[in-house]
Amino acid sequence: MIKAVMMMNTQGKPRLAKFYDFLPVEKQQELIRSVFSVLSSRPENVSNFLEIDSLFGPDSRLVYKHYATLYFVLVFDGSENELAMLDLIQVLVETLDKCFSNVCELDIVFNYSKMHTVLDEIVFGGQVLETRSDEIMKAVEEISKLEAASNSISLVPKSVSGWRGGR
Amino acid sequence: MDNMFQRSLEDLIKGFRLQLLGESSFISRALEEIRREIKATDLSTKSTALHKLSYLAAIHGVDMSWAAFHAVEVVSSSRFHHKRIGYQAITQSFHDQTSVLLLITNQLRKDLNSVNEYEVSLGLECLSRIGTHDLARDLSPEVFTLLGSSKSFVRKKATGVVLRVFDKYPDAVKVCFKRLVENLETSDPQILSAVVGVFCELASKDPSSCLPLAPEFFKILIESRNNWVLIKVLKIFAKLASVEPRLGKKVAEPICEHMKRTVAKSLVFECVRTVVSSLSDHEAAVKLAVAKIGEFLVEDDPNLKYLGLHALSIAAPKHLWAVLENKEAVVKALSDEDPNVKLEALHLLMAMDSYELCAKSDPLFCNEIIISVLSVCSRNAYEIIVDFNWYVSLLGEMTRIPNCQRGEEIEHQLIDIGMRVGDARPQLVRVSWALLIDPAMLGNLFLHPILSAASWVSGEYVEFAKNPYELVEALVQPRTDLLPPYIRAIYIHSVFKVLVFCLGSYFSAQESSSGSSSTVAFTYESILNLVNVIEIGVWPLSGAYDVEVQERAKNVLGFIGMAKQDIAKKVNLQDNEAEACRVTAFMEDVFSEELGPISANAQEKVFVPDGLELEENLGDLEEICGKFLKPVESDSVPCADKISFSVSNLRIRDQQEASSSSTSLPPKASSSLLAEHRKRHGMYYLTSEKNDPDSNGTPNDYPPANDLASEILLDPLDPKRKAKHRKSRPVVVKLDEGDESRIITSQAKTKQESVTDDESLSRAIQSALLVNKKGKEREAKGIQI
Repeated sequence: MIKAVMMMNTQGKPRLAKFYDFLPVEKQQELIRSVFSVLSSRPENVSNFLEIDSLFGPDSRLVYKHYATLYFVLVFDGSENELAMLDLIQVLVETLDKCFSNVCELDIVFNYSKMHTVLDEIVFGGQVLETRSDEIMKAVEEISKLEAASNSISLVPKSVSGWRGGR
Repeated sequence: MDNMFQRSLEDLIKGFRLQLLGESSFISRALEEIRREIKATDLSTKSTALHKLSYLAAIHGVDMSWAAFHAVEVVSSSRFHHKRIGYQAITQSFHDQTSVLLLITNQLRKDLNSVNEYEVSLGLECLSRIGTHDLARDLSPEVFTLLGSSKSFVRKKATGVVLRVFDKYPDAVKVCFKRLVENLETSDPQILSAVVGVFCELASKDPSSCLPLAPEFFKILIESRNNWVLIKVLKIFAKLASVEPRLGKKVAEPICEHMKRTVAKSLVFECVRTVVSSLSDHEAAVKLAVAKIGEFLVEDDPNLKYLGLHALSIAAPKHLWAVLENKEAVVKALSDEDPNVKLEALHLLMAMDSYELCAKSDPLFCNEIIISVLSVCSRNAYEIIVDFNWYVSLLGEMTRIPNCQRGEEIEHQLIDIGMRVGDARPQLVRVSWALLIDPAMLGNLFLHPILSAASWVSGEYVEFAKNPYELVEALVQPRTDLLPPYIRAIYIHSVFKVLVFCLGSYFSAQESSSGSSSTVAFTYESILNLVNVIEIGVWPLSGAYDVEVQERAKNVLGFIGMAKQDIAKKVNLQDNEAEACRVTAFMEDVFSEELGPISANAQEKVFVPDGLELEENLGDLEEICGKFLKPVESDSVPCADKISFSVSNLRIRDQQEASSSSTSLPPKASSSLLAEHRKRHGMYYLTSEKNDPDSNGTPNDYPPANDLASEILLDPLDPKRKAKHRKSRPVVVKLDEGDESRIITSQAKTKQESVTDDESLSRAIQSALLVNKKGKEREAKGIQI
């Protein structure tokens, strides 16, 4: 079972966080921060695994991969194979690459819902369901089409771009 | 008209990045907006607001539980876009206590029955994340239908949800299990992968329930070529083999096949793990697995090294040979720059019976282990050690490991612990005595530093000794001739401290006739005996070559001379004329001051008195003292000769003194002393056919120190031991600053020794220490005669 999926940048800002066991939001933020503090102190060229019993309970393991400015983190338990989880991060990143062509952190920041769509096709209720990038892409495209279709009914534009926070 | 200007999620994100107000005020403003917008009746507005709220909750930790009802409203929309947002909010924020949870039951049912497979998938995902008992019960018919759906996309997801449904509503098993099992025979690899994934979880929880399906799993094991599927099936067999050992035999063959054929490292690792954890009785399989581990250990990839070590530590308890085969790699791993690899290697070593390991492997490896264990345990003033009695006896054990060359470090730690941990002193004295009494130790050059520490400890903490008489015997035994003079001097001084202690307790016992305050009671005979033994043992040293030894020997003899008279007179402390009593009391006072660790900054704290000039460069001295500080020249008569001449003069004088002294006992030849010692402590000596009067026997005459390992192991049957475990950790004296930790390894340490490294290291060691202790108990039981 996969317990959590996290994406955070090298400053510790979470870009995506999905916990497959319910946790209150403060706890979630705390976990994200703890994971970040452990990851940021890891040197380069070391193994990608961590034992994190103290954070996620007994029998929890963590695998992470550092791509450019992002850490991709998967938390899982004993019923998953470590190297297979490493592969899964690879699958996720490849799919994102196909989705956004040369994906970078900004793509992930601005496409929050699409990220979730992709992830939901791979990990379902804590279990790995799909590992082939093309199948995932197919499903994601279909869903996006449906979304666009259901959105196009409205005539009035809903978003005002360039809105600034300070008034 | 508000809708015109509603910010979407994208706007919110953009705004966040451009904002100048500060994060928290931006968030609170956004929240205000959301609260307003979400109350709107228009579903589009509502859903956008909900979408923004979900984002803030996930990324910024904002609480969204208050919007639960709105999420239910949004999800009822017919538009896919809204449904998605609604379900996302629900899966993220709903839990068992959410009051409106039951309201979504009907909606879920509708969506699960939808023709649009993506709507179905939304519903299924929601159910799999937040499904409760009631939801599972109400919706299991729908799940049952979906398990047989024609669309594989749907079937895949329905399989995924089955786990949660079974978990929350066990009766569903009756309904859905058959369909699940049918799916085991599917040709679609993704569905198969999902099904075996579910069974893997089910097998973890209750292996016996999945046992009847073993033939199906076996078929998959043989036929499948999909690595994900194979990995899951292997995990299932690992669990099943633990309840049904006969399975192991059948499965070993195919697993070996996979190990040999596959190129996927993940599959190889899983095979290895399955073999060493569940099939450890099948020799051929284990051999192959260990070979694969060996391959992993020499790879450059740190992940493979780490996993190899992990697998080795699972295999180690039953298959020690596996570790020996790979010992070079393990030793290299101890100094690897990756903290995980280092930790795993250390964990591996500490969990094993290191004594047995060292007996079979080479000295370099032994010493590597010893040095690592010592450095880790002593880090930060022994912060990870809780049971110091055990650790002290471990130090004694290490001394007895053949080829131990880490004398200095063990010496340092024995003394350090004595100074810092008051509660450990009795055990320290006990361990020290065992080390001192053993004549074989005296012959081993590498152990001399440890012996010097042992003797110092015995002298300093003599009040904890059970039998000071035996201690003294150990300290004056004839074979101490083999020790270098500076250590001999420490021995003599310790004898002195013991003597002072015994005399002190004897005199105070005389005073209070109702029994002495100390634990050791001395009668007239016993104290006289003690004094005689010391005198006999120390007397030959008063003519020693080394002046330090000579000096101390004379101090002791002089003290004895004075004390003997007063003992003979049976005086007590009350008698003011008794010189010995006063002197004894005075010396006791001197020795009673506790010595503690000294801060490295202590010198700086001493104020320089006025008028004292501290010159850094003493080159000026050369002018003044040049003629006195001439270097030793080698062309003139060698100094050594000069010294020896003068000492030998002293010796002659001493002998003349000695012969006229009042001691009645003539000096015994050292050979007969040895014979006496041999008589009393026969168990330590090899049986000799001829009574060899030659006292300078080679070290090989004596039995190896290992035989005496039982002496210092804790008695496992001691009922008090359990109680001691529950005791809280003894106090360790730590200095606030200037507390130096010795750097004992010359290997380059990683610069980034993060706190987490230590913490996880500590935890690993703590858990391994608990296991090790149990191992020691077993070992002790095994070799106690």
